Amino acid sequence: MRQIKAQEITEAVKRLCMEANYDLGEDVLRAFDRALAIEESSLGKEVLEQLKENARIAREERVPMCQDTGYAVVFVELGQEASIVGGTLEDAINEGVRQGYREGYLRKSVLGDPIKRVNTGDNTPAAIHLHLVPGDHLKLTFIAKGGGCENMSALKMLKPADGVEGIKAFVVETVRAAGANPCPPVVVGVGIGGTFDMAALLAKKALLRPVGEPSSDPETDSLEQELLERINNLGIGPQGFGGRVTALAVHVEKHACHIAGLPVAVNLDCHAHRLKEAVL
Amino acid sequence: MVEEKRITTPLSDEIVKDLRAGDKVLISGVLYTGRDAAHKRLFDLLQAGEKPPVDLRGHVIYYVGPTPPRPGQVIGSAGPTTSGRMDRYCPALIAQGLRGMIGKGGRSKDVIEAMKTHKAVYFGAIGGAGALLAKKIKKSEVVAYEDLGAEAIHRLEVEDFPVVVVNDIYGNDLYQEGARRYSR
Repeated sequence: MRQIKAQEITEAVKRLCMEANYDLGEDVLRAFDRALAIEESSLGKEVLEQLKENARIAREERVPMCQDTGYAVVFVELGQEASIVGGTLEDAINEGVRQGYREGYLRKSVLGDPIKRVNTGDNTPAAIHLHLVPGDHLKLTFIAKGGGCENMSALKMLKPADGVEGIKAFVVETVRAAGANPCPPVVVGVGIGGTFDMAALLAKKALLRPVGEPSSDPETDSLEQELLERINNLGIGPQGFGGRVTALAVHVEKHACHIAGLPVAVNLDCHAHRLKEAVL
Repeated sequence: MVEEKRITTPLSDEIVKDLRAGDKVLISGVLYTGRDAAHKRLFDLLQAGEKPPVDLRGHVIYYVGPTPPRPGQVIGSAGPTTSGRMDRYCPALIAQGLRGMIGKGGRSKDVIEAMKTHKAVYFGAIGGAGALLAKKIKKSEVVAYEDLGAEAIHRLEVEDFPVVVVNDIYGNDLYQEGARRYSR
């Protein structure tokens, strides 16, 4: 059985926290260029140009692209043939977040209790999602999830009779109601099916796919394209100032569900779509 | 390229009368920062009939909670946060003479009414452009509620800080008009 040191996980998470906040992914930068090519609003184009400039400054000067450096969300894919030594997985990840947010001059935005609302001071605890898989590797996917876009996300338990039209209407309405709040152009993660909890997790997992990479399932691909067109026809535009690009991409993930149900979750991510991976 | 208007804070009657939804504006002068926790404290003071620690008459509040600065930096990344969370407290501050707000996202009917009644303006800054906007901030000091950390009230000196007028004193709303213009 392969052994992975907890210390290596801490080091990797620390690095991912900083890289995600300083280096906007090439997939997002390419999506900005595609958006610039179709945006009709001059104000919208200027916003997109400034987002590119902002990303350049963040990358070159090693400063966070946005002041909301996010809730640390970490997806862990752990091979069943691997074992973690020298500490627990959870402690190792939280220590990485603690060090990354302190040493990277990132904002600490986590409160220990949602009602008492006192800051934990180190941006922990992280939201950790663990998946056991075959093999002996450990893959970490880190997202810095901003509060503004997370706040505009939504989940609804549709009736089976609502069907695919009901799903589309709910997704489009969620983006419409969000307006300028989630910092458009957004990335839209949609989870369909599963249980109440699974739908929300599917929507977040949908955000992990590189921006604009089509779904491998042709039906899902055409659903994503139709949703993207309808969302961009809302006219909200970059920063909500009006324009043709409200979303950079729509990603849909599906799962088996109960005969009585049709859960749908929409997880919005801002244009500062900060995601980095590491494989140990 | 649309022409920009250059204005200096504090904002006079003449300045706010000249601003229209959709105008691109470069702001120079002083901005005060404040977000959720500071707004709650200011609001509670006003409710109790007490004097706020900062005289906001004629001034502009920037809804921001910056990242910690690296050694040598004036301020860390400093883009706007969602304004709607401050809506509950905002009309009372406008009634006290607050002249402008910088943030992102739509405002409530009550805030928009208060802006019309008391001649205040709401500006949108580019959310998520915190690294770029920080370069326009030349000085930053905490002036109240230091215990709130990133949420403390800071006095910022800015030069050509770029914003867009979202709500003017005439009841125009860029978010509504923009979406109408580009929807299909």
